[in-house]
Amino acid sequence: MSTHQKNLRPDLQIICEWVQPNKRILDLGCGDGTLLTMLKNQRSVSGYGLEIEVSNIIKCINAGVNVIQADLNAGLSEFGDNTFDYVIMTQALQAVERPDRLLNDMLRVGREGVVTFPNFGHWRSRLQLFFGGHMPVTPSLPSKWFNTQNIHLCTLQDFEQLCADNNINVLQRTVVDRDHKSSFGMKLFPNLLGEVAIYRIQNS
Amino acid sequence: MPDTLPENSVGLVAPQTMHFDAPLALACGRTLERYDLIYETYGELNADKSNAILICHALSSDHHAAGYHSMDDRKSGWWESCIGPGKVIDTNHFFVVCPNNLGGCKGSTGPASINPKTGKPFGPDFPIVTVKDWVESQARFADRLNIDTWCAVIGGSLGGMQVLQWNIDFPQRVKHAAVIAAAPKLTAQNIGFNEVARQAIMHDVDFHEGRYYEHNTVPRRGLMLARMLGHITYLSDDAMREKFGRELRQGKISYGFDVEFQVESYLRYQGESFVDRFDANTYLLMTKALDYFDPAGDFDDDLAKALSRATANFLVISFSSDWRFAPERSREIVKALRDNDHDVSYADIEASHGHDAFLIPIKDYLGVFGAWMSHLVREVSS
Repeated sequence: MSTHQKNLRPDLQIICEWVQPNKRILDLGCGDGTLLTMLKNQRSVSGYGLEIEVSNIIKCINAGVNVIQADLNAGLSEFGDNTFDYVIMTQALQAVERPDRLLNDMLRVGREGVVTFPNFGHWRSRLQLFFGGHMPVTPSLPSKWFNTQNIHLCTLQDFEQLCADNNINVLQRTVVDRDHKSSFGMKLFPNLLGEVAIYRIQNS
Repeated sequence: MPDTLPENSVGLVAPQTMHFDAPLALACGRTLERYDLIYETYGELNADKSNAILICHALSSDHHAAGYHSMDDRKSGWWESCIGPGKVIDTNHFFVVCPNNLGGCKGSTGPASINPKTGKPFGPDFPIVTVKDWVESQARFADRLNIDTWCAVIGGSLGGMQVLQWNIDFPQRVKHAAVIAAAPKLTAQNIGFNEVARQAIMHDVDFHEGRYYEHNTVPRRGLMLARMLGHITYLSDDAMREKFGRELRQGKISYGFDVEFQVESYLRYQGESFVDRFDANTYLLMTKALDYFDPAGDFDDDLAKALSRATANFLVISFSSDWRFAPERSREIVKALRDNDHDVSYADIEASHGHDAFLIPIKDYLGVFGAWMSHLVREVSS
């Protein structure tokens, strides 16, 4: 069990702790359904995952998770206002065409949003760009600039500016490293030391 | 036909007929006093009758969903790709039932059957039947089989519409529901195609206002045209290009109106062979059933309201190149289910085959369908 837990993406367990039990969830870019399975088991939530890859859809169905094939870039127009308690998007914000629009759409559909993304302001990225002079390739951002799906990378500061510009309140924020650990340093310098950012947000 | 039957086929099967004496009141206001349903079954019903799956067929198919009727059969049942031992709808685990719909021409009571009041074939006097009527007749059929609840009701195209209707009319009797390549109602374009097909049949001089049986004729040309038109709409532009391109039968253009392009030859063959196995009046009826299907109509045009009482776990599948029942139409069904918080998964399968894709063993399609079915297997095995 402990090996399994360690291999989980660091952001997922924290989200499980943030989400209230018995709520309705929409998970954007739900992948193989890991988070929804955790939320179902630990928090008795109901809801759906949206996913574009058919191989992942098969995994979700195998896991017993409701999954709907959809392209996040097409937006959430098929979903009514305030139809979910939480709209969650883990590690996909930086890969969509218009993160700003999707973020607003999330908070239209959900009463709260939970967003996680790799922090481009992490010191490793900064060092590589500053001293190496090349686009960073780090453990949390393993692809090269030309084949990465992450077309809209941002830092904590960028994200919070976007929230401010769109009247979005940050209800909760945590940063972790790949081992799912937070530290005193990270609390002090989140934009420098945090590898993965996790936000809980709401329209003001 | 194979010399030996494939191991993963249900093998040789024989249809059975069930007679019903209780009158069936139809949506059109008329009543069928008595009727027969012909059907096939594959696999064994378990002791607590929890493993029965109803297969609903599409426009031109019938009760012969899998296996072979004799060793001389050229073709297997229409859904051989999905039904059989070890297949997605695994007959080692499930009792699979497929009846021919009322109004059909393969053994269930239909326009070619004898009207007991006149002693002649019904012909145009056979009442218009709807998807709702079919589902009612299937429910009575289930009663007679002592099946209270279907483990699953599954269908593609017009069959998928019956699956939806089951979940509206008898929600408690369906545990799982697969709606494949279907739509919640036809578009004007769909109805337009159906109307051209009907006009082709009804304008054939051999049609005799539907009483062609009595004239010992068949509206061959009309039915053939209807099928040729239908066939174009079941394929995609890409599928036709892939299959035929502009290939010529004789290798060169002959500046005439005989068959020159391979696609013409193919469509004529499809049309002609259809005439030998299908009844024109049944074709008229089935296309009408399609046109009339609009279950939301009874619920303020709100499909979500129509499906609000459903309790099944749904699977909805569409195919990217299906322009007859396009993926957007399946998404309408998914939205209605989701608006009710019903359990539903949906996949739009990348396929070039058009509407016919639901009959073709496409890897991703079988992957999604199989993953969903595996839960049903676990349920009936536990």
